[in-house]
Amino acid sequence: MNILFAFLVIAALALVLGFALAVAAKKFAVEKDVTAEQILAILPGANCGACGFPGCSGYADALSKGTAENGLCSPGGAKTSKAVSEILGTGGAVETEKMVAFVHCRGNHEVTAQDYEYRGISDCNAAHLLFKGDSSCKFGCHHLGSCIEVCPVEAIYRDEKDNIMVDPEKCIGCKKCTLVCPTQVIKMIPYRGSHAVACNNHDKGAVVRKICSVGCIACKICERKFPESGCTVSDNLSSVDYAKETAQIADAAAACPTKCIVTAK
Amino acid sequence: MIYIGLFITYIFINNFILTQFLGLCPFIGVSKNSESAIGMGMAVTFVMGIASIITYLVYHFLLLPLNLTYLQTLSFILVIASLVQFVEMVIQKNSPSLYQALGIFLPLITTNCAVLGIALINITEGYNLMQSFTAGLAAGIGFTLALVLMSNIRERLDLHPVRKAFRGVPIAFISGGLMALAFMAFDKSLLTNLLG
Repeated sequence: MNILFAFLVIAALALVLGFALAVAAKKFAVEKDVTAEQILAILPGANCGACGFPGCSGYADALSKGTAENGLCSPGGAKTSKAVSEILGTGGAVETEKMVAFVHCRGNHEVTAQDYEYRGISDCNAAHLLFKGDSSCKFGCHHLGSCIEVCPVEAIYRDEKDNIMVDPEKCIGCKKCTLVCPTQVIKMIPYRGSHAVACNNHDKGAVVRKICSVGCIACKICERKFPESGCTVSDNLSSVDYAKETAQIADAAAACPTKCIVTAK
Repeated sequence: MIYIGLFITYIFINNFILTQFLGLCPFIGVSKNSESAIGMGMAVTFVMGIASIITYLVYHFLLLPLNLTYLQTLSFILVIASLVQFVEMVIQKNSPSLYQALGIFLPLITTNCAVLGIALINITEGYNLMQSFTAGLAAGIGFTLALVLMSNIRERLDLHPVRKAFRGVPIAFISGGLMALAFMAFDKSLLTNLLG
């Protein structure tokens, strides 16, 4: 008899509370934004923050409210922006060029002179606090790999010469590595670009020649002899204008005395 | 006078987190910034206060007359779970940002032993309705106090160089332990000195 009471009491209690909750759920119902949920479903879900919003859900909310522009999602690229514009009913895809990170430095402890030996914690920003790094070149890579740690897709790796490299196939263009890098030696270049100037040093040629054998000495051979290559030298550093880049850049790379124009692939 | 005593008891002497070690999950989980710590504290205080009243009513007007006191744990959990659901709905409706900040810890108040703890303590101590409510409220405020103090400490810790092995949760545990030691200073003699 007692067990029956126990059963009834608990059942009645649960019923009353359940009913009260059902009423409350009706009263406090939150209308969910259907558009935002649809957009969230097609976003890559990497939560990389390349769009400038807190995660994919933040960007989806902003898109559905119309406060954000379409096409900010670099991992998703043109495919995602097309799908988003279909949901929003704004028509065609926003054409965005796929950008990838590139480490504009091929210097390392063998080819670049060192000011001192760094023995602190393995973090580029920590090393940068000490006289802007152990390398004599204050513009280049510190080789401690803070960018490897922040990369959400493991596209950055260390090659056999201790150089930090980015795999353009894996890179989703989230720019996290460019933000963590203390020397800003990692810059975004278009995915279609075939070559890049692997140097970030703005010092005069004579200074660069003393401290690094693979740095740009601003000799202007690429600019003068290969005007079609897209290479221009400004502030003692050559750079590739990807809007003008042609196949001639391969010749410029071969002619470069310090071989600092390298293939981007 | 007894109500002041109850407040002092459950905020300082028997602080749920720092002396009774109940509800440690949100103490570490939600204490990263003071804003969400205050929100969590408010939510728990509300749940504790209301839960004290409802569990008192359930116990004294349902379980006791029917001789079913052995069902107290089960029925209390039922009441607390529904209450938390209710609070979750209200917060989601009124403050979506707080809802996001609390995240998984909001539904986890359901399994927060501090809430069930105050309900059971009220019964064993033999409090009446008003005393139960006061005890629940005070316990919630004590919980909030511990959470807010902890979150302020952790915000400061974020700015200080901490050894890599201690960064994050380990240093939080150590600070929590030191806080618990400090709270040991509050004991029953405080109450007798204050209230005679």
